[in-house]
Amino acid sequence: MFRSVDDVTARLAETGYLASPAVATTVFLAARLGKPLLVEGPAGVGKTELAKAVAAITDARLIRLQCYEGVDESRALYEWNHAKQLLRITAGRDETWDQTRTDIFSEEFLLPRPLLAAIRGDDAKVLLIDEMDKADVEVEGLLLEVLSDFQVTVPELGTVTATRHPFVVLTSNASRELSEALRRRCLFLHIDFPDEELERRIVALKVPGLDEVLTASLVRVVGALRAMDLRKAPSVAETVDWARTLLALGADRLDEEVVRASLGVVLKHQEDVRAAAAKLDLDAV
Amino acid sequence: MSTPAHSTAATVPDRVTSLVRALRTHGIRIGTGESVDAARAVAVLGLADRDQLREGLAAALLHDRGQRAVFDPVFDLYFPRRVGAPGGDGPGDGARFEEKDFDRDGLRDRLAEALAASDRAAMAALAAEAVDGLGGYGSAPGSDGFSAQQTLERLRPQTLLARVRAALRAGGGESESGAFTDRVEADEIRRRIEDFRELVRAEARRRVAERRGTDEIARRMVVRTADRADFLYAGRSQLAELRRAVHPLARKLATRLAARRRRAARGHIDLRRTLRGSLSTGGVPMRPVLRRRRPARPELVLLCDVSGSVAGFANFTMLLVQALHDQFSRVRVFAFVNRVDEVTELIARGAADPEGLGGRITTEAAVTGWHGSSDYGGALTEFVERHAAALTSRSSVFVLGDARTNQMDPGLAALRRIARMARRTYWLNPEPRSQWDTGDSVAGAYGQIVPMYECRDARQLSALVGRLLPV
Repeated sequence: MFRSVDDVTARLAETGYLASPAVATTVFLAARLGKPLLVEGPAGVGKTELAKAVAAITDARLIRLQCYEGVDESRALYEWNHAKQLLRITAGRDETWDQTRTDIFSEEFLLPRPLLAAIRGDDAKVLLIDEMDKADVEVEGLLLEVLSDFQVTVPELGTVTATRHPFVVLTSNASRELSEALRRRCLFLHIDFPDEELERRIVALKVPGLDEVLTASLVRVVGALRAMDLRKAPSVAETVDWARTLLALGADRLDEEVVRASLGVVLKHQEDVRAAAAKLDLDAV
Repeated sequence: MSTPAHSTAATVPDRVTSLVRALRTHGIRIGTGESVDAARAVAVLGLADRDQLREGLAAALLHDRGQRAVFDPVFDLYFPRRVGAPGGDGPGDGARFEEKDFDRDGLRDRLAEALAASDRAAMAALAAEAVDGLGGYGSAPGSDGFSAQQTLERLRPQTLLARVRAALRAGGGESESGAFTDRVEADEIRRRIEDFRELVRAEARRRVAERRGTDEIARRMVVRTADRADFLYAGRSQLAELRRAVHPLARKLATRLAARRRRAARGHIDLRRTLRGSLSTGGVPMRPVLRRRRPARPELVLLCDVSGSVAGFANFTMLLVQALHDQFSRVRVFAFVNRVDEVTELIARGAADPEGLGGRITTEAAVTGWHGSSDYGGALTEFVERHAAALTSRSSVFVLGDARTNQMDPGLAALRRIARMARRTYWLNPEPRSQWDTGDSVAGAYGQIVPMYECRDARQLSALVGRLLPV
């Protein structure tokens, strides 16, 4: 899949995802060792983007399972198409029970959900299990078989084993502690806020029109905001938003007025805005 | 497995297993499966790029972010950046500079340059040089070593702030004077200096490990992640880190409480109504009737000792409870040293400035009388007299304190009354259990009236809060 870590970095960069060494190394390892990748980190640092980028550079199909409270087997794994089964039963009146039974529990009547879809078929796939922490604990149990052996057991059909392992990415915002059993089946990657240089490159890539010096000072101010004790530290997405705002405002340098006017783009809580304004010596916002 | 021709190849599995062993002694749970993964990661990545190796091993061995604080220094010991003294070859070359021979000012100049340029590689090299030149102590083999403390004291990197700033102003074409980014500059430089101090500490550990054996140093090394830091001994930076952890922790606890609430809402049989219903079926309970839950949110009363020794613990818990306030119909917080006063308002307003909370409580609330040492008996009695209205049959009371009465009357009767009036009463004690009932502690006597729990660090606190808080 990949030749080396540098290969990963280069190819991810081609799709517009600038990976830190930690990200590139872990993606490379996950591909080589064939293990799922558990990605944690603050909101807006590109956890979901990573899965999309990997799918793009490996020409794989992206299959996404969005987790939420109450997601269950029939949403995650598979479901029998009851309506179609009923139609089939009424259509074949003269058949014996045995014939009907073997027929209605065949692949034709199976609705594959993301997990099953990811391990069936021969094409390359990236399975993204998004916001795992939102799902109930029971779903984790469901995942264990899929993640360690890449197989799914359907009682009526038997066990479906993947002929080609999908590249699995799980993301979590850590609003719930994931179980130890799940964690130890995965490689763990914590994506943190990027360092100054990387963030500068990201902004330059996403907002190409912005002046280089302005970008640099913007990234430095965001770095300073992150070091403060705020309720919600600004993430990369917010830095990029801020850069776009400055571009739209036509600002050519960062000064008090511009910052005061646009601080709301980076900080999402009023108390944060107030604390940051005090720290940065802005007059009352 | 071992290939004697390649000395490094033979030692790699050993080094990985020693690394794993060292991590385990620091409380990280690593199974055999992960060790195997780590070895495979090393095989795939090779040893050429140290940063890749570090990230690869971390990915294979660790399970959450907090463990990184333990992993990084241990990794530095087992996979050192270099061997021996800078410039020298191999460990243990005895050449030791005397301090007077060492060009300290020259080093400071170069350090200021590296800090201004934010050049990490240069900073690492300078850290090595500094430890080598300034950090050595002792002369007899076995008692000598390198001290990060001593290096930093002699080098005093924190005094370089002004110089680095001046260098940035003079040299940096991008930062025109008066630019907005000047306001964040000082903090940036301070962070870089802190990075440098960390590099010095790592370097000193590495040099000592070469002399005394890596395993021993890795085992004795003190790394405490913030959630394991003892409340009673936590330093300023650890308390700050804890405060930052309040909101994520509260969110986690809120989900846990919600789950408990959901579970509690179903599945309890109402025996009386089931039996009553069974009369119509001849006494056979055909239809079980489930107990209905009244959707009343419980009330919480916090009674905190805020005297010097336990203030850190009390403040953290108050902030945590405040962050959880939407889980309860009412939260009231009382603080005491030897007098009781309600501080609910102070804490609600204090969310924006958690650092100053302790100071505001002691200045704005009447928590001390004529003297400044804590008096549990007096405070509990006063609470019962003045604030008994806060206790109802729906309230849960948490008393926070070390139960050290300074030889005064413990006021057991008052605590008994509190326990009787409230639905539930718990005592959280930040002292280790082994110190209860030593000296002036009356933990045992209080513990007989209300259940007392040891609560020494954030990890224990969150476990207790998740379990004990009413739903």
